[in-house]
Amino acid sequence: MSASTDLWTLAVIVGLAVVTVVTRSFFFISKKDFHLPGWAQRGLQYAPIAALSAVIIPEIVMTQGQLISSLKDARLYGAMVGAAVFYWRRDTLSCIAGGMAVYLPLRLLLGW
Amino acid sequence: MAAVAPGIAAWGLMTGVAMMKSGLSLVESLAMAMLVFAGSSQLAAMPLILAGAPVWVILATGFCVNLRFVVFSLHLRPYMMHLPLWRRMLGGYLTADLTYVLFTKRFPHPVSVASDTMNSGALHAYSMPASGQNSLKNDIAERERQQAYLLGNSLVNWSSWVFPCVSGVLLANFIPQAWGLGFAGILALVGIACSLATSQLRTVSALIAGAAGVVAFALPLRLNILVAIGVAVVVCLSLERFRPLMDTKP
Repeated sequence: MSASTDLWTLAVIVGLAVVTVVTRSFFFISKKDFHLPGWAQRGLQYAPIAALSAVIIPEIVMTQGQLISSLKDARLYGAMVGAAVFYWRRDTLSCIAGGMAVYLPLRLLLGW
Repeated sequence: MAAVAPGIAAWGLMTGVAMMKSGLSLVESLAMAMLVFAGSSQLAAMPLILAGAPVWVILATGFCVNLRFVVFSLHLRPYMMHLPLWRRMLGGYLTADLTYVLFTKRFPHPVSVASDTMNSGALHAYSMPASGQNSLKNDIAERERQQAYLLGNSLVNWSSWVFPCVSGVLLANFIPQAWGLGFAGILALVGIACSLATSQLRTVSALIAGAAGVVAFALPLRLNILVAIGVAVVVCLSLERFRPLMDTKP
């Protein structure tokens, strides 16, 4: 609540918004025809799950850039239960609800 | 998409709180929440802005953190190229991680409409057999369905990110970060990852990428994500040679 607004920062923020547009539509911009080789097309089917996993796993097993050394970590059990609930109910909302139902008590009551 | 919205919302809320706590001003935090629309790049840019880093360093950081979207745009290209430029760029801007993942899951293959590949002069109704015309119509309808799905999902995703993020900015002093509400965002990603694990090789891809993401975590600018995607894709492509009959269908 302390900082004041300055134009330089706002300009940087607008710049970041432009970066978002450019990166997300990077290969849409040029109309020039090109085709992906077959191996690249096959490879792309493994990319989405790889990207998700590369984001998720470090968030679950690392703290401040270090692998956690204790199994007393609410995130581990929250994620495991969330995944189990997903396979049971086939539904992402249940996965979130089930995972949080395990994560919050462990974290807030036991301090894990 | 509606099923994952609560997770995105909780995540957006905590990102909003984090921005305010870090010392950005109210106006700056709001501008960030509404314009940048990319959680990881918002979080990565914050400390740099506060430290007064040079503009190009901040923008380059944002670019690197967003590099995975460049890969996504390569994948989505065949779905988008029939649209005018501004629609392609708007669609791209709105396509975040989950929108991309859900879209490619629902529509594993782009539609190649015959008229795109023919010379425009060759496309006369009377020169095509009736069945050809019908399938052309179907193709165009299918393509419109794809775009409707993409834009609809993008709007749900946009509103379930931006509004909570703004709320987080406004309520920053009332929501302790210790509650760990941001974990709901991770759980939303867990659910989606599980739903994508439809073949053995995709499961392998997830395991390898997860491990690589941890091992390469020390890389700057969250490049570990890009490295992990690269390693997982290369390994899976090599494994395909030994299991040629698996995973032919996504």
